[in-house]
Amino acid sequence: MSIGLVIRLLVLALLVAFLVSPESFAFVFEPLTKNNQPVIYNQGSLLDLTLNHLLIVAIATALATTVAVGLAILVTRPFGAEFLPLSRSLANVGQTFPPVAVLALAVPMLGFGTAPTLVALFLYGLLPIFENTLTGLTGLPPTVTEAARGMGMTGRQRLVRVELPLALPVILAGIRLSTVISLATATIGSTVAARTLGEVIIAGLLSSNTAFVLQGGLIVGTLAVLIYDGLSAIERALTRRTGQGARANA
Amino acid sequence: MIEIQELTKVYGETTVVDRVSLTIGAGELCAIVGTSGSGKTTLMRMVNRLVEPTSGTVLIDGQDTREVPAYELRRRIGYAIQGHGLFPHRTVGQNIGTVPHLLGWDKSRIANRVDELLSLFQLDPGQFRDRMPNELSGGQQQRVGVARALAAEPNILLMDEPFGALDPVIRSKAQDDLLAIQKRFKTTVVLVTHDMEEAIHLGSRIAVMDGGKLLQYAAPEEIIANPATDFVAELIGGDRPFRMLSLAKVLSLVEPGEAAGDPISAGASLREAYAECLWTGREALPVIEDGKLIGRISRNELAKCAARPS
Repeated sequence: MSIGLVIRLLVLALLVAFLVSPESFAFVFEPLTKNNQPVIYNQGSLLDLTLNHLLIVAIATALATTVAVGLAILVTRPFGAEFLPLSRSLANVGQTFPPVAVLALAVPMLGFGTAPTLVALFLYGLLPIFENTLTGLTGLPPTVTEAARGMGMTGRQRLVRVELPLALPVILAGIRLSTVISLATATIGSTVAARTLGEVIIAGLLSSNTAFVLQGGLIVGTLAVLIYDGLSAIERALTRRTGQGARANA
Repeated sequence: MIEIQELTKVYGETTVVDRVSLTIGAGELCAIVGTSGSGKTTLMRMVNRLVEPTSGTVLIDGQDTREVPAYELRRRIGYAIQGHGLFPHRTVGQNIGTVPHLLGWDKSRIANRVDELLSLFQLDPGQFRDRMPNELSGGQQQRVGVARALAAEPNILLMDEPFGALDPVIRSKAQDDLLAIQKRFKTTVVLVTHDMEEAIHLGSRIAVMDGGKLLQYAAPEEIIANPATDFVAELIGGDRPFRMLSLAKVLSLVEPGEAAGDPISAGASLREAYAECLWTGREALPVIEDGKLIGRISRNELAKCAARPS
């Protein structure tokens, strides 16, 4: 077992322990409070908030993956090629639009709560996945796609049996980027009353309680690092499995 | 049998293949030779419709290739390319079984065929079946590529510079393997190459292409003896006598008698025999077949064979 893996497992164990029993860690945050402020977030369970945060990110990323991969497949087929520029600009617009602005625009239509946050995260997550899927599907070794055609595979068979499996590590890299961005961005959702870890940070900011801000920030940061590393490991395994080391970082 | 009639391919303003007609008989090995941009690859790719012709027809055993969907046509025609194009995420066995799988063969039949082909190409099935392509050497990958093309027992095999990426020693071995397999299965082979030496060595007929046009289509002896144009002569090069000698085997010129020195194998080419005479300064060489002395071959007779046929 490598040192890196040991450290990550320790961090994960520490995170779980903190979420299950935050009071046991009170001594760590004690020095950051003043005037007898509460040391540990007390307006709800940290564990619940964390799970809800992860759920929102998971749903948004799953939706973004479905749409982005589907769109990328569509525009790399012969009949969809003319939509390539259009879909590229759509995904770019999604990326340049600040999530806060999306929230502000979505609230009048969808009301307060989780829905506008989902919309913002979904739009924000599209581009990395779409661009990486395009790279993965168009950057395949020409001899391999040529052979697949020459063997007599239909377009659908080429996609499912050759193109997608070979592009998978690159697609997964896009999903990883998108997930990590969403994990951080989801905290903003609390400004429109979505139940995410942003609540803890905002509560801390409102009452000038540094301990709260730190607790919310640390949980989000640790989750991001762990999930990033986990997905990277899956990518590496897939890349080795498909025997194409050089394309992993495309 | 492949009948190519008035086949033309135009991309925009450029005519890549210009009204080419030729007939490749069943069991023949037709080598299409030309420089880059001569249209040789495009011509071959129109046979399995990887490129759709602008005009003209291709008939395979009398049937127009446009009568069936392109993917069905391609499953009936073996296809091997330079750089093998193996699927990197599939095992050697899965790669070879690609077309049988597409055709819906049952599992045990595919497994048997995979093992049969691996053995045919001198790759131990137990050792190689479950390996990934990137764990093989270049020569092994190339053999797997050809095995994959032959998997569904096609009557026709198309090869696009199949030996281009191999070093000279492995290439000549791969060429001999191809000849042996072609003889055994009576497969009709269309092979694209830029190497006249390879075309003469492998082809029973040679088609010379330049600028999209078919310049000459004939047996190797005829091409060497009577090149149709200056360009064909240039492709053959200045050592025509030696190319002529490379066409026949020592066995065809054995005479009774004895000679001194190291023997030469009856399966060697006349060119090798002549080179050996010149190198060792001998008038004749003893000839052996399967380890037994069967006679000799003389330098004078060899020299006669190198002359222009009358």
